[in-house]
Amino acid sequence: MSTDVQEPPPEAADPEEVASEVALAAPDVIADSLGEYVKIWLSRIRNGDSGALPVIAGLVVIVIYFQARSSLFLSAGNLVNLIGQAAWIVMLGMAEVFVLLLGEIDLSIGYTAAVGGTFTLWLLLPPNPTPWPLAVLVGLAVPAIFSGLEGVIVTRLRLPSFVVTLAGQLLAFGLLLEVMETAAPNGGGSIRLYPGVLANIYAGALSPLAGWIVMVAAVALVGALFLVRDTSKRRSNLTAPPLSVTVLKIAAIAVAGVVVVLIGNTNRGAGLTVVEGVPYVVLVVVVVVVAWSLLLGRTRFGRYVYAIGGNAEAARRAGINLNRIRVLAFTLCGLTAGIMGIIFASYLGSVSTGVQGGQNVLLGVAAGVIGGVSLFGGRGKMVGAVLGGFIVAVIYNGLELLGLGAAPQNIWTAVVLLAAVTVDTLARRRSTAA
Amino acid sequence: MTTPSADDARPATAGRASAPGPEPSASQQPDAPAPSTPEPENPAEVPTQAPSNGDQPLLRLVDIGKSFGPVRVLTKITLDIPIGQVTAVVGDNGAGKSTLIKTISGIYTQDEGQIIWQGRQVHLHSPKDASDLGIATVYQDLALCDNLDIVANMFLGREEVKHFQLDEIGMEKAAKQTLADLSVVTVRSVRQPVGSLSGGQRQAVAVARAVMRQAKLVILDEPTAALGVTQTRVVLDLIKRLKSQNIAVIVISHNLNDVQSVADRIAVLRLGRLVAVGPAAQYDAESIVDLMTTGTSKRLAAVPAEPSGSSSEH
Repeated sequence: MSTDVQEPPPEAADPEEVASEVALAAPDVIADSLGEYVKIWLSRIRNGDSGALPVIAGLVVIVIYFQARSSLFLSAGNLVNLIGQAAWIVMLGMAEVFVLLLGEIDLSIGYTAAVGGTFTLWLLLPPNPTPWPLAVLVGLAVPAIFSGLEGVIVTRLRLPSFVVTLAGQLLAFGLLLEVMETAAPNGGGSIRLYPGVLANIYAGALSPLAGWIVMVAAVALVGALFLVRDTSKRRSNLTAPPLSVTVLKIAAIAVAGVVVVLIGNTNRGAGLTVVEGVPYVVLVVVVVVVAWSLLLGRTRFGRYVYAIGGNAEAARRAGINLNRIRVLAFTLCGLTAGIMGIIFASYLGSVSTGVQGGQNVLLGVAAGVIGGVSLFGGRGKMVGAVLGGFIVAVIYNGLELLGLGAAPQNIWTAVVLLAAVTVDTLARRRSTAA
Repeated sequence: MTTPSADDARPATAGRASAPGPEPSASQQPDAPAPSTPEPENPAEVPTQAPSNGDQPLLRLVDIGKSFGPVRVLTKITLDIPIGQVTAVVGDNGAGKSTLIKTISGIYTQDEGQIIWQGRQVHLHSPKDASDLGIATVYQDLALCDNLDIVANMFLGREEVKHFQLDEIGMEKAAKQTLADLSVVTVRSVRQPVGSLSGGQRQAVAVARAVMRQAKLVILDEPTAALGVTQTRVVLDLIKRLKSQNIAVIVISHNLNDVQSVADRIAVLRLGRLVAVGPAAQYDAESIVDLMTTGTSKRLAAVPAEPSGSSSEH
């Protein structure tokens, strides 16, 4: 294809070299046709670096398994429930993506999210509730600043983020107890979310019609963006995936949208009460995914995050301010955790000091890694955390539905996480050997 | 320290000669006053070492000295780097090659001597100072991000932004153009990750990145060290292309075959001293080895290396 600078002279590239190129370059980049695209993509799967589809395939397999074991699994009621469980895991996963891409980790956000949530709920307490946007702002700012400060310590003192944020986890738990004591002295270690906008994130839903309208508009917008970008690249004779691939991607997004709206719009009420519509939490997740994907994929900041994760020394020599980018990434991690804290509060209707902050954050890391975000930095996407978060949520939800308790839930999550890390490590080893 | 003219240590030279502005296209044409007075700047300071053709060298090192504690690494290095020529710096391990290029690229600051860039004395306190002048150094480890594609690597740190997002189309076009100018034809797509490239291709990307940043002087540190025969040829061709674009090139190398096939001038370092410098044609492999190991060569004794140059100091 003429994406190349010039046609390579036939003898210039020896066959071995071409083979390794084909294996490692994304199919978007070098494929001319759908057939070639698939071929290259398959060769990349063998190299363990294949994007979202294997994760989706794994998700489908797990879903089929649970549906076979329990016909309730794919019922609308359970699926909406599943979306609810997945939403906060996904959000924690997206928070971790920012630091994982740098090759760092933030173990504190499970508790800092709860601290942020406590502040928000505190501000919303009757009889004089603060306007909810302000309460949300505080709830986001607290974990953002907390993680940002961790980032400062990691960069200035050059300490491993694992240790710094482990200390941060303990500190945040202490803070949570302290803040809760002040915010809700008689609450028995928990603070209630009163009905209102934030409670509606989970409790409320778009009307069925509004669900369709929003979905169609969103898919049309994303589809148009994809098409315009790819065709303008193709017109400028630049690297772009084949048209058929672009169309397939848009179709996949449309199908996902239709499925979500269909599920959401099915009546999941018991008896005479009608409960239907896509929960607002879905919108929150979609907006955050899109925003963070654009930030990582289309801005300098995002480019630098990947660059630092790939080769920090190269980034430094290119004049990138490593410390600034790292601190910013930690801050965004905390900010996203703050969003999680608020939707988690909405999910449970309260924030409690009994929150499993240490375990939740590990689920978030698992979501990212299962979704193909490398623990070594530099590889992975926000969408990966969404898919990975869904896999974790499906395992929990499905095993619960089968009447199995915490033990198999944790064991199976561990197995999947281990498998994902293995794939990640093998892929990395192979690509450094190449 | 990006504007060399603001040099208060030497008020007499400030604003003299080749316009103090941000050197517009100075590398392309000889500076105006050159024909009459090839060395107008600091007659007292600068030894009469200019090539006699009257062109001002792009870079002139004058009596550069550098010590690390008690260890004297460079002693009175005086060397001209002309435009459009490849200067090979050779020497045994520990001869001071790395220190010399790190001084030129702003990583180290010299203890003694001056660096004259396009006729004006400059002080390089950081790599940024050097790259702002147009000095690009391609280190042996290349400093590429394997996970990013070629375009992203070439623009790393200087991405173009349009409508609040990266101008991928513009950058891809520019990257392709630069690679085409350098006749880098073996990469299959500029959107493949650098990790999937061969050693020679990676070198080419690193060099292309330097060129795209309007480098006037490209320093290559052991560019062929890890490469096979075919790849080496690719890189040597690339160096010749640089030269033909009127870029000054310094090549550090151990490989005398490569040096001889590509260099116009050869500078030999030994134990921190410049023992010989002159047109490449004056040296053959044996004489270079002699110079590298003993500091002198009988084979050259009769031939003065350069009218003024070489000054074998012992």
